[in-house]
Amino acid sequence: MRTNTEIGYNSKVEGDVVVTRLDAALNWFRKNSLWPMPMGLACCAIELMAAGASRYDIARFGSEVMRFSPRQSDVMIVAGTVTYKMAMAVRRIYEQMPEPKWVIAMGACASTGGMYRSYAVLQGVDNIIPVDVYVAGCPPRPEALLDALIRLQSKVAKEPIMHARPHRELVAETAKPRTPKPEFIKT
Amino acid sequence: MSALEQANKLREKFGELISVPVEFRGEITVILADAERIVEVCEFAKRDLGFSYLVDICSVDNYGDDPRWTVVYHFSNFTDGVHLRLKTDVGEEKAELPTVTKVWRTADWHEREIYDMMGIRFRGHPDLRRILMWEGYPYFPLRKDFPLAGKPSEMPDVAFTNAAPLEGGPFVTIAGGKDTIAREPRVRIPETDSLETTNRVERRDDIKNLHGHSHGPGPIEKK
Repeated sequence: MRTNTEIGYNSKVEGDVVVTRLDAALNWFRKNSLWPMPMGLACCAIELMAAGASRYDIARFGSEVMRFSPRQSDVMIVAGTVTYKMAMAVRRIYEQMPEPKWVIAMGACASTGGMYRSYAVLQGVDNIIPVDVYVAGCPPRPEALLDALIRLQSKVAKEPIMHARPHRELVAETAKPRTPKPEFIKT
Repeated sequence: MSALEQANKLREKFGELISVPVEFRGEITVILADAERIVEVCEFAKRDLGFSYLVDICSVDNYGDDPRWTVVYHFSNFTDGVHLRLKTDVGEEKAELPTVTKVWRTADWHEREIYDMMGIRFRGHPDLRRILMWEGYPYFPLRKDFPLAGKPSEMPDVAFTNAAPLEGGPFVTIAGGKDTIAREPRVRIPETDSLETTNRVERRDDIKNLHGHSHGPGPIEKK
């Protein structure tokens, strides 16, 4: 007796054809292989490494390929304190990533500046690049990062990519910086 | 040889230029009267007293006091296992003293850090650039009259800064205040806050009255 029935797709009935919408298929490809650009800047990067190691295993979500090259990355994980000295470098690496691209702000410092209310630290990486998911914690546990990744996946799955891609515009709406941007980093 | 004996040797050599050694919690401090002569004192300490290692150089901003800055040198002698601290004052108008990089190479980065954070220059330094902030940042952030929140600045394509929102948080405490309100003002804006300056000057006067000078506890009592 067969106990394991395939509910979603039955090749005996449907043959070798799957019917779906194109953007649903493309989004499915995208969301299951979000290659991270590990922007490790402080202690959050240690938790990011833990998320990539065997116990938490970010490979379960298709994000194990940490490319230390922005050209081959889909999601930048900003893990750590972004100082003003590093800010322009972070922004430049973000701009070098090909579209489509997403950003996870991992931890309190990347999200808001965290405990560093000081002259040297950028008060949230969303002042210079658009952020899709913020992760609380100091540093967040690997589970929290995986949760952020799952949330990002569900966001990616809903993007209507066959229509005009609203990423830049959407992002400009939702990720408005809390402080006015300096002139030279206008998007 | 103990640190106290080492300090007395310095005093024998340089006389009035070196103060009476001060002991506090087992650590010996001497004060150099003329910052311009730091190099020869350091050379003597290294060659003849065996202080082969310069642990650190740091600086203190005695804001509201004259001379404004104190530069502090920490020497270490591996053979005898002793430390010695040497302090010297630098005035605000000059804000300059000779480098000791020719005595200890390690002084290079320590002096760069002091220049970066406090704005004291070291004459003769081989490469006096900023070390933590970027070249072109217009302020010296560890000075007492620089606000913790920072100030806006901009250098196109290099970096920019904005003032951080302190939002009334208790981020700054001032030691020696008479009550909690004086000790923990909610947000301190040093350039406009005259009360803070008054407190600081009063506190330094208290220390002076107690010890005869503003560098901490007084000379060791002879038994």
